[in-house]
Amino acid sequence: MANKILVFLEQRDGQIKKSSYEVSAAAWKVSKDLNAEVEGVVIGSEVENPNIVGNYGLKKVYHIKNEQLANYSSSAYTDILIDLIKSIDSQIIIFSATSMGKDLAPRIAAKLDCGIVNDVIDWKVDNSEIIATRPVYAGKALTDVKIKSDKKIFTLRPNVFKAEKITEQAATIEIKKVDNPNLRTKVIEIIKSDTKLDVAEADIIVSGGRGVKAPENFKLIEELADLLGAATGASRAVVDAGWRPHSEQVGQTGKTVSPTLYIALGISGAIQHLAGMRSSKYIVAINKDKDAPIFQVADYGIVGDLFEIVPAMIEEIKKIKNS
Amino acid sequence: MKIAVCLNHVPDTASKISVGQDNQSIDTSGVTFVVNPYDEFAVEEALKTKEKVGGDTVVISLGNDNNKESIKKALAMGVDNAVLLKTNEIYDSLSVAKILANEIKTQNAEIVFFGKQSVDYDNGAVGQMCAELLGYNSVSVVVGLEINGNKVRAEREIEGGREIVETELPVVITTQKGLNEPRYASLKGIMAAKKKIIDEKIPENCSNYTETISMKKPPAKQPGRIIGTDATAVPELIRLLKEEVKVI
Repeated sequence: MANKILVFLEQRDGQIKKSSYEVSAAAWKVSKDLNAEVEGVVIGSEVENPNIVGNYGLKKVYHIKNEQLANYSSSAYTDILIDLIKSIDSQIIIFSATSMGKDLAPRIAAKLDCGIVNDVIDWKVDNSEIIATRPVYAGKALTDVKIKSDKKIFTLRPNVFKAEKITEQAATIEIKKVDNPNLRTKVIEIIKSDTKLDVAEADIIVSGGRGVKAPENFKLIEELADLLGAATGASRAVVDAGWRPHSEQVGQTGKTVSPTLYIALGISGAIQHLAGMRSSKYIVAINKDKDAPIFQVADYGIVGDLFEIVPAMIEEIKKIKNS
Repeated sequence: MKIAVCLNHVPDTASKISVGQDNQSIDTSGVTFVVNPYDEFAVEEALKTKEKVGGDTVVISLGNDNNKESIKKALAMGVDNAVLLKTNEIYDSLSVAKILANEIKTQNAEIVFFGKQSVDYDNGAVGQMCAELLGYNSVSVVVGLEINGNKVRAEREIEGGREIVETELPVVITTQKGLNEPRYASLKGIMAAKKKIIDEKIPENCSNYTETISMKKPPAKQPGRIIGTDATAVPELIRLLKEEVKVI
């Protein structure tokens, strides 16, 4: 019997998230070595073009449809997924390690009595088994892990795997209606934060630390971030001081991020901060202290006053954009 | 009402981590262990919940005698009772969840708090797993909580915002920074904690569902280059961002 991989496709506002395409493409890759089929499932009301995941290797998508399922419900989503996993007999279930994926996947693992590996950043197939690499201690160490149970659950860290199209083919959609979903636990409202971009999802992050000196000076950080289409991040020191919201905190007790570019402004680089951002593809550091640990991980550094350098950066970028 | 809070004892986030001789776990020599930072919010919320709805609080921790240090901290903050599920094994998420769920059941707790993740293995799964095993509702990564009678209204952090979640007791809540400000233990609390007895139990053996094949340090990053020491370095930096990083 061929193995079956099921990919959970996350929708918000009826749109499938980019991280779900990443998971689809990554699942397709391992499926070749496992001789497995990959199918997807999306739970929601109206969902825009779920067949696009066909481009990433999924042949078929189950759309579990009910207007009461437009927003997340851990109870309903758990019941529905368990039913589907059993009925199509999939052995491997893969989620994106988003706030929804990380809430839902452990419940599924407990219900199926199977192992789970969260926040996978790399994987390979060895002897027909998936060996997953995941960070521990906020990335201060990496572990290679395999799951021993028959059924296996993985969540993949967003922004790490590439969403590469492999074909122009669309997936076939099978709509399954559900009646009376179990809405014991349900989202009744979503409050969007003022910040446009979340550090966990951003491709570029501009972060400020104690060197920014005062909460009002973050205007400068925000201006640079806006210009680059970046999210604004913060060190623990400035979050603890109440200058910035906790949702912006990068580090071991904040968010672990791996954007293409991380710009650290006035951040010295405490161990717990470095743990949260060192896997960024490129790191730029601007700090007055030439001995600041942040320069140990930075690709490019300027030792100097950020209040002089950041305005010059803003001006220089504007020049390029206008030319 | 019985309120439980599950607590882990983990390396301080300021610790340097090195891999042990077994290449499967960390070398703990010279590492300071503390209450898992997210669990402090769980303890605080358990105490606040007790102050509001009444009842008894119990802290449950799985690990060896060293965990008593963190358990005592929770007792000093004001938790009533403590259970240490004593083991030297390193268990994975589902095994931990099974052991804890058993004890939560024994304790008959209807409100259970966990930190949103333990800062050692960072899997962030045990709370939700316990809920599923117990048939409880759960809300994870919670930054706001109201419990009125049977009704629970929680705010959880999501990408770019918050979800308002409604559910009912019994419930498992996993706590995120921002939910509250953990109190300091008072001198009176510390004295009282000394008299409290930690109930030690040996949990049933579990077999892990996952296997750690190896642990290693991440590849060391080569320090990059210092482009300059003032604003005259900016054009070169921007050129690099444009041509090397390709983000502009």
